[in-house]
Amino acid sequence: VTDRAHVLDALGTVHDPELDEPITSLRFVTSCDVSADGDVDVRLRLPTPQCAPNFAFLMAADARDAVRRLPEVREVTVVLEGHYTGDEINGAVGRGEAFAGAFPGETEGELDALRELFHRKALVARQSGICEPLLAAGATAEEVAALRVPDLPDDANARRCLELREHLGISTDAGAAAFVLPDGTPIAAADLTHWLRMARLVRTSLEANGGICRSLLRIRYDIPDPEEAAA
Amino acid sequence: MYEKDGEKYFVMDSHIHFWDASPENWVKGQENYAKGWIECFHAYQSLGPPETHWTIEKFMKYSEEDFVKDVFEEGHVDIGVFESTYLKEWYTEGFNTTERNARMAEKHPGKLITNGRWDPRDGDAGLAQLEQDAATYGLKGVKLYTAEWKNGSRGWRLDSPEAEPFLEKCEELGITNIHVHKGPTIWPLDKDAFDPVDIDIAATSHPKLNFIVEHVGLPRIEDFCFMATQEPNVYAGLSVVVGGLMFARPRFFAKVMGELLFWVGEDKMLFGSDYGIWEPKWQVEGLVDWNYPDDTFSDFPAVTTASKKKILGLNAAKLYGVDVPEEYRLPDEAGTPAAREDAELVEGAA
Repeated sequence: VTDRAHVLDALGTVHDPELDEPITSLRFVTSCDVSADGDVDVRLRLPTPQCAPNFAFLMAADARDAVRRLPEVREVTVVLEGHYTGDEINGAVGRGEAFAGAFPGETEGELDALRELFHRKALVARQSGICEPLLAAGATAEEVAALRVPDLPDDANARRCLELREHLGISTDAGAAAFVLPDGTPIAAADLTHWLRMARLVRTSLEANGGICRSLLRIRYDIPDPEEAAA
Repeated sequence: MYEKDGEKYFVMDSHIHFWDASPENWVKGQENYAKGWIECFHAYQSLGPPETHWTIEKFMKYSEEDFVKDVFEEGHVDIGVFESTYLKEWYTEGFNTTERNARMAEKHPGKLITNGRWDPRDGDAGLAQLEQDAATYGLKGVKLYTAEWKNGSRGWRLDSPEAEPFLEKCEELGITNIHVHKGPTIWPLDKDAFDPVDIDIAATSHPKLNFIVEHVGLPRIEDFCFMATQEPNVYAGLSVVVGGLMFARPRFFAKVMGELLFWVGEDKMLFGSDYGIWEPKWQVEGLVDWNYPDDTFSDFPAVTTASKKKILGLNAAKLYGVDVPEEYRLPDEAGTPAAREDAELVEGAA
């Protein structure tokens, strides 16, 4: 039988699509219980009852999928609590249905395009976080543009970049450029400064939103936030 | 007005409310939404300094005395702009309607501007109502909330064919200031409801109208900035940026302000307190005292006394045709212009 730690690890692979952070570190997982028979019950919470339904659905559905992939898991229940479309989302997720199942007639398609859009934003933002310290340490634009995938630092940011590249169908081969546009085109040395100016804005936007989300979650559920004072 | 270190600031608060979200005003059967909405707002208030927090009871319905004290007497505000918000699906008499706001404005001549609203889903009746409201209240602006629910519909877009006659009517009636607030729901639900592209399209086709994007497009600051840098008639409404970040997340606040000064520029940024979510006093005083925290911000545009005078009031005064007394004005060409990136670069980026 899978133990709770494995389930939490699996939930740690689920990202808030908008903020590109794991739902576990965002503290969106309220509880996670594993019965002796291997039934799993996960409760999720969000910073406000009005968080966007499409992103809320993705997190609930992704959480269910991630836990179901574990061996020796039986029934998996994922419940999003305290959300204004919770009934619709929980119903569809519980039945294993897609987004349109939660909101019949209110969607044109599924959420793949939305997810891809935010993967692109996340890749831009994360790359800027790797690129900036290199330039600050004295690397030239030419040197940064010449870096290949194996030159990326061995940290969570870079690992997530590679995951995002895989989601977006961008090569992660050893010969591929370390820094790319969301369509996979390598960033040329001449464009680096301008690209970084924009990429930094995308990162600031994600960080500021994440900051507000964390503050609101802390207030809503009265939980301390150790990072707040430092931000 | 606010005076500090010999400098006089004319304060125009471009985003204030006088709402009634008390249980007596909740629509039967919609209590959960009415309660959830105001509780969510109340949580935002907690992002400000602790001594400015209110009880939920006061927050649901504050008095006229509270309003006068918080905004005019202690809040340094010379002129406030009411951003009327209806939400009649949830609040019987509306959340803060033009009518309710105008009643307050009448009692404080010259100190309050009441903005109206329209909703393209109201069709011809809505157009007629807009004409009537323009005549009754002398509207110079409207506040649009695109995520408002109506008869089963969860929102609308500014570039829809239904919205076009309303924008044309605004031009005709001289309602030049279009404040837009994006919210979490819009049809179809599989799209990003916060994407400001519809504002971009409307701003391009209506160059005589000013589009003030409330809360700088949060949570899509980047999309907003890339748009505002290309559209001369798109402005940044700073409510929530100041109230939600300046105290709670000062480093993020500095970054966001730096980006706005770079992409949008100090001539197109408007202070807004979002009162009653946050009192204007600490926001006005904090903004006047504010600067970047350290030299890691050195490649952002400098912020000067002139920048702050523009942001706190002079920019909004220009949009609303307010005659600012001589002693508060700036000599022409004061301050730092925005360092605009070219549009082509933006197009290619994301």
